[in-house]
Amino acid sequence: ILDNTEYLYKMCVFESFPIQSRQKQKKLLHTGMSKFTLILTSLNLQVLDKCKIFSSVSLLVFITFSVRSQDIRNTVGNIPMEWYKDYPHIGYDLDGKKLFKPIRNKDELDEFLDKMENPDYWRTVQDKMTGADIRLSDEQVDLVHRLQQGKFGDVNFNEYEPAIDFFSNEVMIHPVTNRPQDKRSFIPSLIEKEKVGKLVHAIKMGWIKPRRPKETTPQYYDLWAKEDPNSILGRHKMHVPAPKMKLPGHEESYNPPPEYLMSEEERLAWEQQDPEDRKLSFLPQKFACLRAVPAYSRFIHERFERCLDLYLCPRQRKMRVNVNPEDLIPKLPKPKDLQPFPTTQSLVYRGHSSLVRSISVSPSGQWLVSGSDDCTVRFWEVSTARCLKTVEVGGAVKGVAWNPNPSICLVAVSYDDTVVLLNPGLGDRLVCTASDQLISSYEEPEEVKDQLVQWAVAEGEGHEQGHRLILKHPKAVRQVTWHGKGDYLACVMPDNGSSLQVVIHQVSKRRTQNPFRKNKGLVQCVSFHPIRPYFFVATQRYVRVYNLIKQELTKKLMANCKWISSMAIHPGGDNVICGSYDCRLAWFDLDLSTKPYKVLRHHKKALRSVAYHRHYPLFASGSDDGSVIVCHGMVYNDLLQNPLIVPVKVLKGHTITHDLGVLDVTFHPTQPWVFSSGSDGTVRLFT
Amino acid sequence: MGGLQKKKYESGSATNYISRNKARKKLSLSLADFRRLCILKGIYPHEPKHKKKVNKGSTAPRTFYLLKDIRFLLHEPIVGKFREYKIFVRKLRKAYGKAEWSGVQRMKENKPAYKLDHIIKERYPTFIDAVRDVDDALSMCFLFSTFARTGKCHVQTIQLCRRLGVEWMNYIITSRSLRKVFLSIKGIYYQAEVLGQTITWIIPYQFAHDHPTDVDYRVMATFTELYTTLLGFVNFRLYQTLNLVYPPKVKHTKCASIKYMDLHISYQKLAALSASLARTVPSVEDEEAELDHFPAEGEDLEKMETREKMELEQNKQKKLFEGLKFFLNREVPRESLAFVIRCFGGEVSWDKSLCIGSTYDETDETITHHIVDRPTIDKQYINRYYIQPQWVYDCVNGKILLPVEEYFLGVTLPPHLSPFVEESEGDYVPPEKLKLLALQKGEKPQAEEDEEEEEEEEDDEDDEEEDDQSEDEDEAEDEASLAEMEEKRAQGKSLSVKVTPGKVKPENRMRTEQEEKAEEKRLAIMMMKKREKYLYDKIMFGKKRHVREANKLAAKRKAHDDANKPDKKKKKKKC
Repeated sequence: ILDNTEYLYKMCVFESFPIQSRQKQKKLLHTGMSKFTLILTSLNLQVLDKCKIFSSVSLLVFITFSVRSQDIRNTVGNIPMEWYKDYPHIGYDLDGKKLFKPIRNKDELDEFLDKMENPDYWRTVQDKMTGADIRLSDEQVDLVHRLQQGKFGDVNFNEYEPAIDFFSNEVMIHPVTNRPQDKRSFIPSLIEKEKVGKLVHAIKMGWIKPRRPKETTPQYYDLWAKEDPNSILGRHKMHVPAPKMKLPGHEESYNPPPEYLMSEEERLAWEQQDPEDRKLSFLPQKFACLRAVPAYSRFIHERFERCLDLYLCPRQRKMRVNVNPEDLIPKLPKPKDLQPFPTTQSLVYRGHSSLVRSISVSPSGQWLVSGSDDCTVRFWEVSTARCLKTVEVGGAVKGVAWNPNPSICLVAVSYDDTVVLLNPGLGDRLVCTASDQLISSYEEPEEVKDQLVQWAVAEGEGHEQGHRLILKHPKAVRQVTWHGKGDYLACVMPDNGSSLQVVIHQVSKRRTQNPFRKNKGLVQCVSFHPIRPYFFVATQRYVRVYNLIKQELTKKLMANCKWISSMAIHPGGDNVICGSYDCRLAWFDLDLSTKPYKVLRHHKKALRSVAYHRHYPLFASGSDDGSVIVCHGMVYNDLLQNPLIVPVKVLKGHTITHDLGVLDVTFHPTQPWVFSSGSDGTVRLFT
Repeated sequence: MGGLQKKKYESGSATNYISRNKARKKLSLSLADFRRLCILKGIYPHEPKHKKKVNKGSTAPRTFYLLKDIRFLLHEPIVGKFREYKIFVRKLRKAYGKAEWSGVQRMKENKPAYKLDHIIKERYPTFIDAVRDVDDALSMCFLFSTFARTGKCHVQTIQLCRRLGVEWMNYIITSRSLRKVFLSIKGIYYQAEVLGQTITWIIPYQFAHDHPTDVDYRVMATFTELYTTLLGFVNFRLYQTLNLVYPPKVKHTKCASIKYMDLHISYQKLAALSASLARTVPSVEDEEAELDHFPAEGEDLEKMETREKMELEQNKQKKLFEGLKFFLNREVPRESLAFVIRCFGGEVSWDKSLCIGSTYDETDETITHHIVDRPTIDKQYINRYYIQPQWVYDCVNGKILLPVEEYFLGVTLPPHLSPFVEESEGDYVPPEKLKLLALQKGEKPQAEEDEEEEEEEEDDEDDEEEDDQSEDEDEAEDEASLAEMEEKRAQGKSLSVKVTPGKVKPENRMRTEQEEKAEEKRLAIMMMKKREKYLYDKIMFGKKRHVREANKLAAKRKAHDDANKPDKKKKKKKC
């Protein structure tokens, strides 16, 4: 029996294991053998048959258990035992009789008591096949322990025995298998051939690339070993290198000086600003120590923005204007070198109660006449500022003009629609009487023409006051001006589009003529050429120069301003200045061009009047900002040299009332003095 | 009259520029590839002078590239590599889809790779060009080296960035070329002078990053790719110039154990910045040969002298911490401090458990400075200063060893000033800076008095400014008083006329002269041309704003000082 079972066992073990784990088989064989001696007596073939389907360990355990319970033997086989749950029996014994379940009436309490009291409770196992409690022996407990620890069941088994090759290099006389080799092991495989062929084809066609050879050059080496500065591409000439990032200032410090921290208001303003508009992209903060400084949350953002700037931002080479502002200021001759010119206010002529519209100086330079809105004309002594005479007229005086002829003492005064010729009776008695005689010696011509203007001789009270001739005009007269010889008198009656805006009177013949058949635009002021028979008419935008003898337009000057207010002609006659209400002063050189040679914008407000000095190279302009600016305006005899214009003095003195400042300026005929009349009712002399 | 009519926009600037979309089409690249190419090749848009002309009459906002640049890109071999890579990805995906694992394996082995060496060489034909442009590369590499391995970029990139950063820092230490350091709220700025080029970079503080979502990491990664290549080559060359081994190695001491030190540890030692580097040629220490000075052409003697003086000063600065022994407590930024201290010749160590590479222990008696960033410390040694870390940085920026009293533990630190600000005339200079300048000149600080004096001076200046402003007002006032008097005179003839002896007005010649000059200037300004006047006004406006800002800062400082003065006095009394 022993031989028989051994053989059987061998067979079953071999068949149940795959060939490769031979070592394991062997070990199994050894344990198996030792077990066999134990179970030999009751072993039968049936049991062994079942063994085949178990793994080696469970097989052995199963065997040992089944051997122990030899008296009661269940023959149901390896089935789930819950199939017998509802039956009183649990299976059948060897004789085919029912095996009844042992009576079990243990409840939880019994179980517990058993657990507490029974010292063998821990080694008591219930046999599922029979339902009986089995107390494991010491050997069995030992075996279970060993199996739990992953050791071999047999204590005596040596797992490190020298290995014996089952198949060794020694040729045995008995072969394990005697089967001849297959034919296919002698012929090449077709499938493999096909596969190889495909690969070869793919390689040939370039579909599969052979493995890339490993890189031999190191990752970094001396790249600039053969550096050749001449090899710089032409492209680099157009290259605009990216500007470096701005270096941080004190305010970025983790511990900045206190003045760089933002106050509460500044912080609020900063928070309300758009991120693009902010001057600083961060809030300056102060930390007591380095340990307290947190991470900057926008660090990655800033680096990213730098990246974007580097590759997305259009670059342009901009020539930075690095100008010293001092260099921009033109180099002009020093005002000191251009003396004389008026520098200080020396006299104030007081007496008028309203704004003084117009002033004029006698040709001798001894007397000054001023006309004001308080309907008076006052005569002053220049050197003492004493008012010598006050003449009342019937309206606000718009213009006064002293006859430039030194042998005649006459002043033209315009108010409303009237022009009065006054004889102030100042100065040389002879001259006064001579001028009186000149007027009275007039003889009526034989043919009385219809005149535009009524000429009347003043009588009575008026005569005593000095009124000599009264000229009634059809419209209000704004400006009067004398011709240089003192015989002709031009009056302006501004009225848009009318043909009668300018009239010229001849005093000696008491004749009036209208020089223009048609006037374009609103005439602002007129002036006679000091030497030649030319007549200047300034309308809003243009100055027209007429030749009075030929009766034609010779020039039209474009002033490049909105509204001309005043005009003055250089005593040489070749240069004209125009003041305008849009704060400009235009200097025309008639020989040069019809456009201004120079435009000065030195007044802050509208210019009211401009004047040339008769001898000195000076001109002055008065403006609503209350200042008189005196400029040096040198005109050279050499035609090639352009006039030199240098502002030399800003004279301030008049106070601004009703938004009006200086209304009229005029120079003293011989001295470098300038008179100005203002809206504050005063006339001032600057010397 | 023969000939064809000339068409618009067929010559001139319109043909020199090309819009981005057209350029992309011409190169037949996707936008992402085009972007990458532009980044790598350093192509950027140009702003044309006459945009409307270039834009063919349209005023739509467009970015323009130079046509030459785009033509130049046409021949770039790397474009081919991009395409290759795209194909590779497609094939790989296909192989995955078909589960052809051997194919996947093979393809992965043959993954197309490209090198940027030629691009670097082409963008920077000379080494100096490369060094000049290394600023951004450094900042980026240091940023990337602080990233966690969270998949924002490849781990290899992070490691490479870290390695390059460590190499760079070791070079700076060895060549002693660090000049300025600045602790800002953003990070730590360093400025070094390498081969005559000033290079500034910023390293963030050691914290984990809160990765923003609105940042395109692909762009950053492309830049980093370029920058790592550039920095690697620059490092190689720099190491070569100093006869150092590249890749850097820690200098071998006689210790046998170092022989067995594996690569990883040696790298970590390197990163600890405490050991000096190995040289290819065993150098003689202090080989600073006295350079003979020849005056360069067109340079007078004075200039040369100033240059020599500068050099001397620089050499002195290089040895600022020589002979000092520092010990870093564990709460201070170790890397930054170790870097700075070693750059100026100091010895530095830290606790063994903190980091590898500590050279001596806390108990070492020869330690002169112990850097601590906490209010108090329990166990103090008598023979060393316990100072806050700002002292080290301020010393470096001031180029002298500052008095340590203001930096003791628990003391309120003096403000940390930016070393990059160079005040020109008229700028606001913080009083701390003035103090520092005085210290540099060798004057003893007279703490409080000085300050007060300065303040007074400032006040004076302010007054003067006010004077200027009030001049006009004065005149107006004079005028008013004059008018009043005149009025009185006009009214009151009955007033008793009194003649009083006049007083001789002391004529301030200086003042009148100044006034005269000012008037002259004002008159000359009147005569300016319109365009020049505009420019002049603009410049003057800028200057005035500058002055205003400076005044504002000064006023703020004064207010702050005034507010704090009582406190200080109290403290003094207590003392």
